Amino acid sequence: MPGTDRAMDADIRLRVDGELHELTVDTRTTLLDLLRERLGNTSPKKGCDHGQCGACTVLLDGERALLCLALAVSHDGAEITTADGLAPEGELHPVQQAFLDHDAFQCGYCTPGQVCSAVGVLSEVDRGWPSHATRDLTAAPELSTDEVSERMSGNLCRCAAYAHITPAVQQAGGAR
Amino acid sequence: MKPFAYARPSDVAEAVREVAAEPNAVFLGGGTNLVDHLKLGVARPDLVVDVRTLTSREITDTGDGGLLVGAAVSNSELAADRRVRERWPVLTQALLAGANGQLRNLATVGGNPLQRTRCVYFQDVTTACNKRAPGSGCSAIGGYTRYHAILGASEQCIATHPSDMAVALTALDAVVHTEGPRGARTIPFGELHRLPGDDPSRDTVLEHGELVTAVELPPLEMARRSTYRKVRDRASYAFALVSVAAAVDLADDGTVRDARVALGGVAHTPWRATRAEEVLRGRRLTDDTARAAAEAELADAVPQPGIDGGNAFKVPLVARTLTAALRILTGREG
Ligand SMILES: Cc1cc2nc3c(=O)[nH]c(=O)nc-3n(C[C@H](O)[C@H](O)[C@H](O)COP(=O)(O)OP(=O)(O)OC[C@H]3O[C@@H](n4cnc5c(N)ncnc54)[C@H](O)[C@@H]3O)c2cc1C
Ligand code: SF4
Ligand code: FES
Ligand code: FES
Repeated sequence: MPGTDRAMDADIRLRVDGELHELTVDTRTTLLDLLRERLGNTSPKKGCDHGQCGACTVLLDGERALLCLALAVSHDGAEITTADGLAPEGELHPVQQAFLDHDAFQCGYCTPGQVCSAVGVLSEVDRGWPSHATRDLTAAPELSTDEVSERMSGNLCRCAAYAHITPAVQQAGGAR
Repeated sequence: MKPFAYARPSDVAEAVREVAAEPNAVFLGGGTNLVDHLKLGVARPDLVVDVRTLTSREITDTGDGGLLVGAAVSNSELAADRRVRERWPVLTQALLAGANGQLRNLATVGGNPLQRTRCVYFQDVTTACNKRAPGSGCSAIGGYTRYHAILGASEQCIATHPSDMAVALTALDAVVHTEGPRGARTIPFGELHRLPGDDPSRDTVLEHGELVTAVELPPLEMARRSTYRKVRDRASYAFALVSVAAAVDLADDGTVRDARVALGGVAHTPWRATRAEEVLRGRRLTDDTARAAAEAELADAVPQPGIDGGNAFKVPLVARTLTAALRILTGREG
């Protein structure tokens, strides 16, 4: 059978939180498993492993994305920023500071994903991207409660800290 | 997950050749549906041919007022495109009603319309399913049918197509550009998906190895007045129970000169509502007209009984959703 004589692993390069990695990976490996199991970066969490919870959200080549449905081989050359790499060692990113100010977490399991998602949301709003909650698709979007809730809807929080997460994102947005 | 070989071809012809030569090969776009299926065992390819960044990542003007959208454009980029927001708002709204921001950044224009049904039995390899395992039976019939079809289903399969984007593209008379083992062709979007009939394993008319390279949005002046209305179990981040994509061309006196309507969540395909369009043409857009249009479209609807209460609720829900969409388009929104 053609195809089966091919290698089931591949060499890839990835930059994660500023550090370059060259690795050989099984073609089946997701970026989430690669980061957590191979690189020891446990900032992105595994909640569902099926794209349904947002716990594995990072910035992938600058845009927020899930890692659990991304095959590592397909993202050869990618640049990934996890919640751990958002700010220099010992400092906090404004979104992280806002989460602290608003007590926007309880157990904290969803938090790295929430924070990365929020960074992505603010960048999308800056670029004028509309959302499902945007009434006028051609106007600059605002960071209303409805807008933030809609844009953050892909990040579930089993502790239901939403009432604090939304204002944290709004604060971080206003503080830019 | 079953092991598979991986290839990242450098051009379209090579990608087509690779998949065409291997009966158990698949294309990989953003992977948000395929990788899920690899994990679930729903897809068990020997070879994965990566086209995530292969086709065009550009959205270009066609010169006649339309747009050509490369298959590698992300769902987010397409939704945010200024031209789409102004001239085809129904498409932006449909895209933004689907999945979430993180998924839309990964998902491609080529992959979205080809995502497979969310039928829970299809996704559970321990159950019988004619789509996943032809001839094994359909566990959905008489089972959980809340998300299943009321139009065009067969005794083999009652699944629905889950894409929101595809419903808008159906209403907009989009055209799919493909490159396959037998060359390039274009397929009217309304002819891309097929009803289940006695071969539910095939969702579309695409041949094995046929790659979607672009989606063309033809000029459609009335699409400036268009909207997408989706009804779901949660306010966000959930698949449609029922959805409506609609565009209308209204005369000054409020009479409908022309209309485009497509329905989601009701059939194995995004459902072009030609009967509803016919009823709308030449009439004034009132709630009564909208209800009459929905009634005409659903005249042959066959709701499914089910252990979850079945899906007969979709018949009145389509009527109400169409009414609400048309209210928005005539500025009568409450
Ligand atoms: C939790 C969750 C919620 C979601 N909610 C919604 C929702 O509400 N509404 C909605 O519409 N969608 C929803 N989605 C689905 C999502 O939109 C699709 O998974 C996505 O659009 C698929 O695009 P992709 O590029 O990732 O495709 P892939 O997963 O890469 O591919 C999908 C299929 O298309 C084939 N394919 C890919 N590209 C091509 C090509 N160029 N030519 C030929 N074949 C190709 C693949 O072989 C595969 O069979 C949801 C997904 C998840 C995980
Ligand atoms: S409805 Fe279709 S996809 Fe679902 S179990 Fe039946 S055959 Fe399979
Ligand atoms: S672990 Fe990726 S979305 Fe849940
Ligand atoms: S803080 Fe516990 S899951 Fe969100």
